[in-house]
Amino acid sequence: MTGQIEIEAKNLNFYYAVNIHALKQVSLSAYKHNVTALIGPSGCGKTTLLRCFNRMHDLYPKNRYEGEIIFQGTNILSNDIDIINLRSRIGMVFQKPTPFPMTIFDNIAYGLRLKGIKNRSELSGKVEKAIKDAALWDEVKDKLNVSAYELSGGQQQRLVIARALAVEPEVLLFDEPTSALDPISTAKIEELIVQLKSKVTIIIVTHNMQQAARISDWTGFMMLGELIEFDKTDKIFTAPSEKLTEDYITGRFG
Amino acid sequence: MTRFDEELMHLKEMVLKMGAMVESSINDSVRSLVERDDTLANTVIERDHQINTLDVQIDEECIRLIALMQPMAGDLRFITTTMKITTDLERMGDQAVNIAERALELNKEPILKPYIDIPHMSRIAQGMTRDALDAFVRRDKKLAMDVIMRDDEVDDLKYGIFEELISFMVRDPNTVSRAMRVTFVAQYLERIADHATNIAEMVIYLAAGKIIRHMALPEESE
Repeated sequence: MTGQIEIEAKNLNFYYAVNIHALKQVSLSAYKHNVTALIGPSGCGKTTLLRCFNRMHDLYPKNRYEGEIIFQGTNILSNDIDIINLRSRIGMVFQKPTPFPMTIFDNIAYGLRLKGIKNRSELSGKVEKAIKDAALWDEVKDKLNVSAYELSGGQQQRLVIARALAVEPEVLLFDEPTSALDPISTAKIEELIVQLKSKVTIIIVTHNMQQAARISDWTGFMMLGELIEFDKTDKIFTAPSEKLTEDYITGRFG
Repeated sequence: MTRFDEELMHLKEMVLKMGAMVESSINDSVRSLVERDDTLANTVIERDHQINTLDVQIDEECIRLIALMQPMAGDLRFITTTMKITTDLERMGDQAVNIAERALELNKEPILKPYIDIPHMSRIAQGMTRDALDAFVRRDKKLAMDVIMRDDEVDDLKYGIFEELISFMVRDPNTVSRAMRVTFVAQYLERIADHATNIAEMVIYLAAGKIIRHMALPEESE
C-alpha cells in the first residue's frame, strides 16, 4: 500500500455506555490527501468508527475506547489530548446540514474568531477563501450578511463544509453528507470532496455504494463492528477478496 | 432469487444458446467439407444470421443491465465478460461460414486427398469451445486454463497441414486452387481455437478478477 498515512486506527475497540462492544479490533489507515470511504449495513459500526477519529464519542462520559488512533505520530485517544484543538484539525460534516443561526459570514467566521482572529480584513480574507474552497462563493458573495437558513439544503451543506475548512483542518470526516440532498446537490458535494483532497485527507461514511465508488480512493467494508475488508476502491468494486464484501456490494446480503 | 439474479440467469442462457449454435456451425461446416454436403454448408451460412441476431440481443441486454442495475464486483465481471465472449462467439460463427463457403467451392472439384487432420483440428477446436463455455458457466478457472493449454496443439496441426499442402502444390500445380482452399480451412479452424482461448482467458478474469490476456504464459493459478 502506497502513500503516507495521515491517521491510523490500531486494534481499536469501542464500547458504548457500559459494555456495548461497537468496534472490534479495527485497524485501518487513511492515507494523506486520499478519500477513504466506509461502507456497510446499518449498525455495522462505520459511523461509530468515524466519530472515534475526532473523539466525538467523548460527549457521553461512559463511552470507552481501547487501542490507539495515531494522528501524525500522536495517539489521540490518550487523556492529555486537547479535544477542542483536535476537532479543529479533524473536522466533521454531518448528514443534515447544521448551519448556526446567524449570517453566512458569521457562520464561517465563528471558528476563526474562536481561534482569536479579530482583524476584520484577515477575517474577511479567510472567510472568502473558505467559501471559495467549498465551491459556494458565486452563489453567496452578494448576500454574506443574510441568515444561513435562507440557503438551500445543498448550499447549507457546502456552507458547513466551508465552516470546517475555514480553520484549516488536516482531516475532514463526512457522515453521509449527501443523504438529505437531491441528485444535483449531491453531485456538487461529490465534486467538491474530490477537489478538496488536494488540501485535506477525507474519510466518508456513505450508504450509497455508487458514491463510494465514484469519489473514494480506498474503501473499507464493515460488518458487526469489524472491518471485513479494506482495499483500493477499484479492487473492492470489481473483485473484492472477501465473500461478505461481494455479497454486500452486489446486494445479496443475508 | 432476486429479480436481478433471474435476469443474469436469462443472460447466461442466451450466451449458452449462442454457444450451442456456434458449436453446431463449426461441426456442420467441417462435415459439409468432409462429406461433400452442400446442403449442410448452406445451413451453416443461413444459421449465421441467427447467431448475429443473438449477438446483438445479448449486447443490448448487457448494456441495459449495466444502466439499470449498476452491477458491482462479480456481477459486473459477469456482464462485461459476457459482452466480450459473445464477440468471440460471433467471429467463430463467421469462421464457420468461411469454412462452409470453401466447402461449397471444393465440393465442385475432385477430392484432393482424404481429410484426416482437418476433422482432427475441428474436434479439438469444438472441444475447446465447449469447455470454454462450460468453464464460463461454472466459473471454473482450472478448466479455462486447460482450454488455453490446448491451443498449441491446434497451431501445430495447422502448420503440419500447411507443410503437407505446400508439398502437394510444389509437385503438381494443378492442385493449387484446391490446396489453397484447404489451407484456408486450416487457418479458419486455427482462428476458431484462438477465439475459444480468448473466451477461456475471459473466464479466468470472471473467476479471479485478473486479466491474463497478452501475458507470455498462463501461470499456474493460485
